[in-house]
Amino acid sequence: MKPAPFIRHAPKTLDEALRLLAIYAPQDGRVLAGGQSLVPIMAFRLAKPAHLVDINDVAGLNEVMTDGKVLSIGACVRHAAFHKPVVDNPLGKLLSEVARHIAHYPIRMRGTFCGSLAHADPASEWCLVAATLEATMVARNTHGERLIAAADFFEGIMATALKEDELLVEARLPLLARDAKFGFNEFNRRAGDFAMAAALATYRLQGGKIVEARVGIGGAEARPRRIAEAEAVLDSQAPGDKVFRAAAEAAASSIDPLEDYQTTAEYRRDLVRAVVRRALEQSGK
Amino acid sequence: MTEKTAITLTINGRDHAIEVEPRRTLADAIREDCGQTGTHLGCEHGVCGACTVIVDGEPVRSCLMFAVQAEGKKIRTVEGLAQGDKLHPMQQAFMNYHGLQCGFCTPGFLMLGVGVLEREPDICDEELLDVLSSNLCRCTGYQNIIKAVRAAAKEMRGL
Amino acid sequence: MSGRDHTKGSGTTWVGRPIRRLEDPALVSGRGRFTADLPATHHLRFVRSPVAAGKIGRIAAPDGTRFITAADLEGVKSIVPMLHKFNYRPVGQPVLASDAVRFVGEPIAAVVAASAAAAEDMAERVDLEIEEATPVIDARAALAVGAPQIHPEAPGNVILEGKFKSPNFDTAWKGASKVVKLEARSRRQNATPMEARGGHAACDAATGRVTLICATQMPHLMRTAIADVLGMPEADLRVIAPDVGGGFGQKMSLASEYIVLVWLARKLKSSVAWSEDRRENLIASFHSRDQYVTLEGAFDKTARLIALKADVVANVGAYSCFPTTCGIEPLMAMAEMPGPYDVQHYECQARGVLTNTCTMAPYRGVSRPVITFALERLMDKAAAAFAIDPVDIRRRNLIDKFPYTSAIGLEYDVGSYRETLEMAVKAIDLPAFRARQQQERSKGRHLGIGFATFSERTGYGSPAFAARGMDITPGWETVILTVDPSGFVEARIGASPHGQGLRTTLAQIIADEIGVTPDVIKVVHGDTDHTPYGWGTFASRSLVISGGATLIAARKVRAKLIKIASTMLEAAEGDIILADGVAKIAGTDRVIPIARLAREAYTQTHRFKGEIEPGLIETGTYDPPGTFSNACHVAIVEVDADTGRVVVERYVVAEDAGRLINPMIAEGQVHGGIAQGIGNALLEEIIYDENGSILTANLADYMPPTAREIPPIELHHIETPSVNSITKAKGLGEGGTIGAPAAVLNAINDALAPFGAQIDEMPATPQRIRAALRALGKAA
Repeated sequence: MKPAPFIRHAPKTLDEALRLLAIYAPQDGRVLAGGQSLVPIMAFRLAKPAHLVDINDVAGLNEVMTDGKVLSIGACVRHAAFHKPVVDNPLGKLLSEVARHIAHYPIRMRGTFCGSLAHADPASEWCLVAATLEATMVARNTHGERLIAAADFFEGIMATALKEDELLVEARLPLLARDAKFGFNEFNRRAGDFAMAAALATYRLQGGKIVEARVGIGGAEARPRRIAEAEAVLDSQAPGDKVFRAAAEAAASSIDPLEDYQTTAEYRRDLVRAVVRRALEQSGK
Repeated sequence: MTEKTAITLTINGRDHAIEVEPRRTLADAIREDCGQTGTHLGCEHGVCGACTVIVDGEPVRSCLMFAVQAEGKKIRTVEGLAQGDKLHPMQQAFMNYHGLQCGFCTPGFLMLGVGVLEREPDICDEELLDVLSSNLCRCTGYQNIIKAVRAAAKEMRGL
Repeated sequence: MSGRDHTKGSGTTWVGRPIRRLEDPALVSGRGRFTADLPATHHLRFVRSPVAAGKIGRIAAPDGTRFITAADLEGVKSIVPMLHKFNYRPVGQPVLASDAVRFVGEPIAAVVAASAAAAEDMAERVDLEIEEATPVIDARAALAVGAPQIHPEAPGNVILEGKFKSPNFDTAWKGASKVVKLEARSRRQNATPMEARGGHAACDAATGRVTLICATQMPHLMRTAIADVLGMPEADLRVIAPDVGGGFGQKMSLASEYIVLVWLARKLKSSVAWSEDRRENLIASFHSRDQYVTLEGAFDKTARLIALKADVVANVGAYSCFPTTCGIEPLMAMAEMPGPYDVQHYECQARGVLTNTCTMAPYRGVSRPVITFALERLMDKAAAAFAIDPVDIRRRNLIDKFPYTSAIGLEYDVGSYRETLEMAVKAIDLPAFRARQQQERSKGRHLGIGFATFSERTGYGSPAFAARGMDITPGWETVILTVDPSGFVEARIGASPHGQGLRTTLAQIIADEIGVTPDVIKVVHGDTDHTPYGWGTFASRSLVISGGATLIAARKVRAKLIKIASTMLEAAEGDIILADGVAKIAGTDRVIPIARLAREAYTQTHRFKGEIEPGLIETGTYDPPGTFSNACHVAIVEVDADTGRVVVERYVVAEDAGRLINPMIAEGQVHGGIAQGIGNALLEEIIYDENGSILTANLADYMPPTAREIPPIELHHIETPSVNSITKAKGLGEGGTIGAPAAVLNAINDALAPFGAQIDEMPATPQRIRAALRALGKAA
């Protein structure tokens, strides 16, 4: 299972990378970052890019920075960078908790946060995080830079709003409130497998009641998103088993479930119900 | 076929000057262009981990990297674990605990174990089990692999 | 169990010690030599059928593509394994498909190039014209009237049919107090060794002889069969099984791809290699265990199984595997269905059914994982019907008098079926578990416990194979044992280990017998030029049969050494002890190194006055009737009723494989089998769509378990020395795969008992479990 032949370009600067993309993206060229998703697809020859723009040696893409409001994650930041909290904020802990669930340790050494976003596999944990927390994606090409909100970024299975010559140079996640609570849960068949459903929940408590609830679902639909119906159940309620179950039920009913040869719509809803409830239960701990 | 490039791969401290197509994976280059066949191919799509090597201190799947990406990096494979006749504690532990049967997945597990323990010598048992679930074995049922890696971890901490 | 230093003799025996393996130093250093490690001048890529059924039309490729098709293989026969019983219809498998294709992945053409990557590039551009026909995928559908016929030789798609009915069955049946029925479904498995298949064929331009190095479990038979198919003298072919990365049966059957390699090597007078990739292996190697088993058990009022009725439909795929034929699954099911239970009235119909799917071949346990699952489910169901404990119903029915002759005529030698059950029950602390189960149920958590008691037929020689009516009757093994003038020992064997540690266990047997230490013993295997003809390694046979042959040869060497020692020491033969590398006169400290005795055998033959032949080389051949090992497996699981996920929390085994030559190696075999069995029970399934394309063609979709899915396994041993095996060892390589699915499925059903759910299908995926709960209206 060897990939089809391609020409590799290895730019050293971002400008060079963008210039190469401008030329080669229209000629069946793609970006190579971590390679943990792209190379298997190439091994199966499901993708046969004629050109790869390898951005691993581009200076300045490995930064994780914060200005106190937003966490900026550069294009080549690896999953493993998040094993330990990268910021002194609940967001740091959240990313560290989620990172453990991504594939396996050796994959996390190479795979990149932004690469996952650009790849837009519905089961991607980072895509779920980006959608739930309403990240902003920074896309650049030779014409300039534009900001894309998460809700607009994820268009469908393996499909994003990125133009073919655009590089996702940065993802910006808003920091959470200092007293924010979060919970994450995913379901898969074996350790490290793709999530068949995943849920991320965040909220704050005000006077013992849930406010600013966010409930995001991944792996269950064509793209990850916040489920307003579930959030509405939580808002202004005291956290507890009954409320969590009701939110989970609302999420399960409201999704447009992915079905395949083994997983019916009903079963997908079963999973959503379970992961939402468990994510919420975890948030309480 | 695309044109080959001349690159140098540094494996276990030795330089190998080779010519490869860009699509040549690091795994194939290590095995065929550099003649180090201890690293094995079990799936070529990044799931089984038999091809695990250590690149610049990180355990990675060599079937998911291209050889041209590994130039200038420090590559370690199973052939470089022993110091002369002295086996690495991980290799010795696998022998002591019957952590291998057919031996095909073994180099991948050895490099995974060594790679992770060098980075995180105090890794807890649960996380170590998570790490070991990265690679597939069909012969051992994992029982003795886990025992072997735990024993090696103890010894590596003591060094 | 950690190994001790194997190089120092201490006067204690070697057999029974968990010494470290002699195989390991090379393997842990990356110095193993696997088939794909060899460079070749040419590389092959097979062009495979994209459709499950049809007629091949034109095959074309861009100019400059070197490829062959069936049309080029003049004089090459088809692969036609043969069975002379059970109404077997011989069907032929062409080495490359010629006019018809019968399964997705069937090889149609072979492209030759200078590298594997280039061959893959060119293979992609080969254009196949195939007139598609409607395929049939499911075995029951293939039996239906009007189903597409796979081979004209097998009308109704039935390639063979076994039928058995014991006398007075009907009378016994009528006397039943309760009849319990079960429909069991076992889904298709792929053995998935970590090394896929592959071969490297090199033709010596000067002599025309070909050496085929390939991932195989049966090098000698591959040689015989390939030479026959190609019409070349067997002496012109050498087959070598190098280090092989797991087989589990999948590498036992003759691969048409290996035949193409040899043919091409001869044609090109060069070397040509093929490495099967994982996708090819999942789609087009060999599959197993796709069966429907219907059981009915007639019980008397004390829950004794009086009569057992079985119907087995085995999906054998598009062709028949060589050499066993596809009869191996249905016929083994028929022969061994009653398992470890004393039931003398038995009726069975077992059919092998052809479909447009990948050919079936044996996979560790063969049919026993399926029939054990079915029978153990039946026993649990019956226990519930009688409101007795599942342990109790087994107590009432397990064979306990030996030798026992089964209804179909199999003789079970002495075993410990009840003892292993009691041992496992004690180890698991059943009352404590039941209390915990109750407690957890009240909290909404569903724990379950499942038992599986079974026997494992091992180490059987040619009489057993002959009973199946196979054209080729394997079974015996020969070992040639040589001690060279320096005292170094070489055992050349016809078995072909690929992980079983035979180089170590046979060395232990030899060491004990002739008094040397294992580090001076080398076991040579796998090379047809350097080993006596043998049948390879499969069917839990090597230690018993090769071990037996080794012992026979070693006894001859021992006798000779003692004779030499008695002459040299001027002592009676009865006073000579061989141990720790020396021959010594009992009660004295007069010793001679065995190495010296060996040298004398070559260089001082005149001293023995013609009483012994010069040199030290002896042969042993062993062909035993077979010996049954047995075990009880217990699984404790938790079922998440909301998602259907099953976690195996604890796994206990009480097993009896007779005398354990190396307990560490024996345990490793059980561990590995259990992991595959858990995979079978919960995760692994080859899934076809209705067009016959495989949906599970990578290791993310076909799911062998990781370390996280296998709990710590607790092993307990009984050693009932085998009376049918001269080493007293029984085989145990397949026990894990045989017992685990049944134990896990029974545990799942126990966990779900409050819901009234019945899961009789494996793998018991979360989706299936949720669907079962939903169907009962219990999916709250």
